Amino acid sequence: MIEMKLISKRFGKINPLSIEEYIKFDGYKNLKKAFSMERTAIIEEVQKAYLRGRGGAGFPTAIKMMALAKETNKEKYILCNADEGEPGNFKDRYLMENDPHQVLEGMIIVAYATGGTKGIIYVRGEYQKSISLLKWSIDEAKKKGYLGNKILGSKFNFDIEVRSGAGSYVCGEEFSLIESIEGNPGRTRVKPPFPTQIGVFGKPTLINNVETFSTIPTILEISGAEFAKIGTPTSTGTKLISLSGNVKNKGVFEIPFGVPIRDVIYKLGKGIEKDRKLKMVQLGGACGPIIPEYMLDMIIDFERFEEFESKTGAGAIIVIDERFDLFDILLKIVQFFQHESCGKCTPCREGHIQLANLIKKFVERKATMEDIVSLESLARVIHQTSLCGLGQTSPTAIISSLRYFRDDYIDCVEHSYKG
Amino acid sequence: MKMVNLIINNVKVTVEENTSILKAAKKFNMNIPTLCYYEDLGIKSDCRVCVVQVEGKKGLVSSCSTPVSEGMVVYTNSARVLNARKTIVELILSNHDVKCTTCIKNMRCELQNLAKNLGIDENRFPSVFERQPIDDNNPSIVRDPNLCIKCGRCVDVCNNVQGTSVLAFYGRGHETRVSAVFDEHLSDAFCTLCGQCASVCPVGAITEKDDTDLVWKALADPNKHVIVQVAPAVRVSLGEEVGQKIGTIVTGKMVSAMKILGFDQVFDTDFTADLTILEEGNELIHRITNGGVLPMMTSCCPGWINFAETRYPDILDHISSCKSPQQMFGSLAKSFYPQKIGLDPKDIFVVSVMPCTAKKYEAKRTEMSVDGENPDIDVVLTTRELGKMIKQMGIDFENLDEKPFDSPFGITTGAGAIFGATGGVMEAAIRTVYEVVNKKPLESLDFKELRGLEGIKEAEINLNGTMVKVAVAHTLSMAKVLSEQVRNGTSPYTFIEIMTCPGGCIGGGGQPYGTTNKTRLDRISAIYEVDAGMPLRKSHENPEVLALYKDFLKEPLGKLSHHLLHTYYHNRNNKSQTR
Repeated sequence: MIEMKLISKRFGKINPLSIEEYIKFDGYKNLKKAFSMERTAIIEEVQKAYLRGRGGAGFPTAIKMMALAKETNKEKYILCNADEGEPGNFKDRYLMENDPHQVLEGMIIVAYATGGTKGIIYVRGEYQKSISLLKWSIDEAKKKGYLGNKILGSKFNFDIEVRSGAGSYVCGEEFSLIESIEGNPGRTRVKPPFPTQIGVFGKPTLINNVETFSTIPTILEISGAEFAKIGTPTSTGTKLISLSGNVKNKGVFEIPFGVPIRDVIYKLGKGIEKDRKLKMVQLGGACGPIIPEYMLDMIIDFERFEEFESKTGAGAIIVIDERFDLFDILLKIVQFFQHESCGKCTPCREGHIQLANLIKKFVERKATMEDIVSLESLARVIHQTSLCGLGQTSPTAIISSLRYFRDDYIDCVEHSYKG
Repeated sequence: MKMVNLIINNVKVTVEENTSILKAAKKFNMNIPTLCYYEDLGIKSDCRVCVVQVEGKKGLVSSCSTPVSEGMVVYTNSARVLNARKTIVELILSNHDVKCTTCIKNMRCELQNLAKNLGIDENRFPSVFERQPIDDNNPSIVRDPNLCIKCGRCVDVCNNVQGTSVLAFYGRGHETRVSAVFDEHLSDAFCTLCGQCASVCPVGAITEKDDTDLVWKALADPNKHVIVQVAPAVRVSLGEEVGQKIGTIVTGKMVSAMKILGFDQVFDTDFTADLTILEEGNELIHRITNGGVLPMMTSCCPGWINFAETRYPDILDHISSCKSPQQMFGSLAKSFYPQKIGLDPKDIFVVSVMPCTAKKYEAKRTEMSVDGENPDIDVVLTTRELGKMIKQMGIDFENLDEKPFDSPFGITTGAGAIFGATGGVMEAAIRTVYEVVNKKPLESLDFKELRGLEGIKEAEINLNGTMVKVAVAHTLSMAKVLSEQVRNGTSPYTFIEIMTCPGGCIGGGGQPYGTTNKTRLDRISAIYEVDAGMPLRKSHENPEVLALYKDFLKEPLGKLSHHLLHTYYHNRNNKSQTR
């Protein structure tokens, strides 16, 4: 079996509307366990588990927790980033729609361990079902005493509210998300200070992805040390993969880190539709690299993905078959970022339209060798100089395609109309 | 303070911790190019021009926002950095109305300068620029979005320094633009027309409305008797426009230059500043002794009046009814002056040179007209526009002789001069009010506690045994603080001076570009130097002002004074038009 169901173990087995069913299936058990532990011991377990953020960047969760725990402010926010806007990603939605209480339990445990006083789940505006399910679940949890004042008879108070944006992609970026919660347009801020120092409403804030919070109860259940044994040494535990594109069996699959991409596509995805030839695979989402067939034996882990100088850890695999032209795909990607750029920094604001114009030349077969050089140079500048993750990662598809599909570019130039 | 060691371009340097890479490099004579960065404003890190390479970091980092750390190795000019910086400036230019030689900011544009220094001889990117309408339906400020590079300085100054929240970013991505709230014209957006946005704009996207042509036309008209008044703050800043050191006092040469430009008479607004003190000082005494509305707030600053009329219409009766010195001059120039020289007021063309963009609007207010038809002041120029005229004429400013102002508005006092700095009106008023009320001379004329760049300053004066508290605020954020107290009835003060611009008029929106706090302090010292060097330093000792009362106005707050020198305000909270 390739799949390993730790955080998706309740998917389809419980009614997500029912807190009773969640409790019956080991729900809120680990919260009680957490309450019996020293706060620092909880963070230690997360550290031993070597849990890395599941939103894409792969930052060690325990370090964020320690940073927040250290802050002495009376108010501290625990933010759950559920603004899953990256094309090709839908695993957070699965988590919220199939097991909403697991998200809440993870947040409560983290809040307890770090002294968080207020939780906010920022849900993508289009996820109406997730929003209503989470609101329902929060109410249920309050009724049962898992949220609110004096949780489970302790002195610990913590409440969670659900917020959502107006659909802007960049609001998934942590500072844009914070701005959006504060009621401002989603535009990033300058770092430092980091959110754990000055976050939402000026208070210390810890931001994690839905999947990261959902993993916390499992870590307490099986212990950090056991968790760390799963996966690879640098990428521990399991990962939810959103598999989409031209595969027969699309969907969300939980796998331990270390599984080759090929197995996900051909075993879990059951191969390419109509058994066509695979042309390329985009990893992580629109902001991820595009790789050719011969690289599919690469295993899924943070370290391998870092090679692409991109944050591809959110776990999307988008399969594209031979019918599609590389440049059509790239144009769609660049236009997406052109539309979603917040406009704050120059390279991202002014660069994407120029990237799109260059790619159009390839689409229309009007490109020259100089255009390849210009494209590569501009893509690298946007990648290296942009203020936030959007512009830093948006050129990844172009940069990686220039590396792995250079023949397509040269072929395109050779077949371009001359004169 | 902890010190940090790092290496910048192979040079070992030691700076205080939390210093930005930008400042650290500057300290060791390595200037990193910037664009959105502006001293005294917040760090935006938007333009990305100041990126540098830091060993061990994958991308390039913006040096304005990145603090130094121990052992850091920085390259500010590696091939990678230079290429990135060049690309960024080319990208900005690809979405900019590049028409440099006919741009108002030609040769003083930060973008142009940057492109030159980076050696951008051609742009690799095709232009994607799309023309947008220009906002120029107010008398003071022109906003040309076609030149805007979205650096955010104007938005920062409007929101964070002035607290007026008129300018904001709209749209996103490539469609991002700076606009007045709800995409209104500035005239409909509660804009106070203070011009601080124009003063920090690195390009020509926000400028004063250029009225120099109107003045040239009047000067060329043989039937017009063209007179000019010059505000106190202009004489300590005009020098910067004509290549002199910041803080140089150029009064005499300025008068000479204006004579050469062709003005028939060159007068000093300091004169009507003295007159203002007599009217306003007496109004204050009248309010105190007759149970009038207190605290009284000053009325010299048109940006503040716009602010109060739109944001605090409920406290308008706290504001002195005195016209500003500019408008007092205007009234006299169209009443007393034509009588005196035997001309028809319609043949007199009155020009003001002000450090201010809001003065252009003030001059167009319908109340500011002696005959009820024609404006008292025909044209208001900023310091920058006067500098432009001097350059247009090719005047060798440095070698000019010094000339005195003309009579009857030529003799002035130090009290009038200090109107140009924050706290100056208050200090000038105290010098007079104290002596009028206590009937004895002040021991020291210098009120140091009212000087300098502190946001809100306070002092106490003894009026006939009663200690009276006064306060001074500059910037509209600080005006807001004092106005809230007045609105809530919790203000502990009797008299409040408010100036819109940081530092007062010397930091006005019409002053030479590149004004920083350091510049402001230099200009302020120059203003107090003018004051200290004056034979007369109290308004009520100005012989020409006293003669004006004797021969024409009769007495402060008298019937004629009231008619010519006082005004009233409107609630513009619903209808904010500043057209």
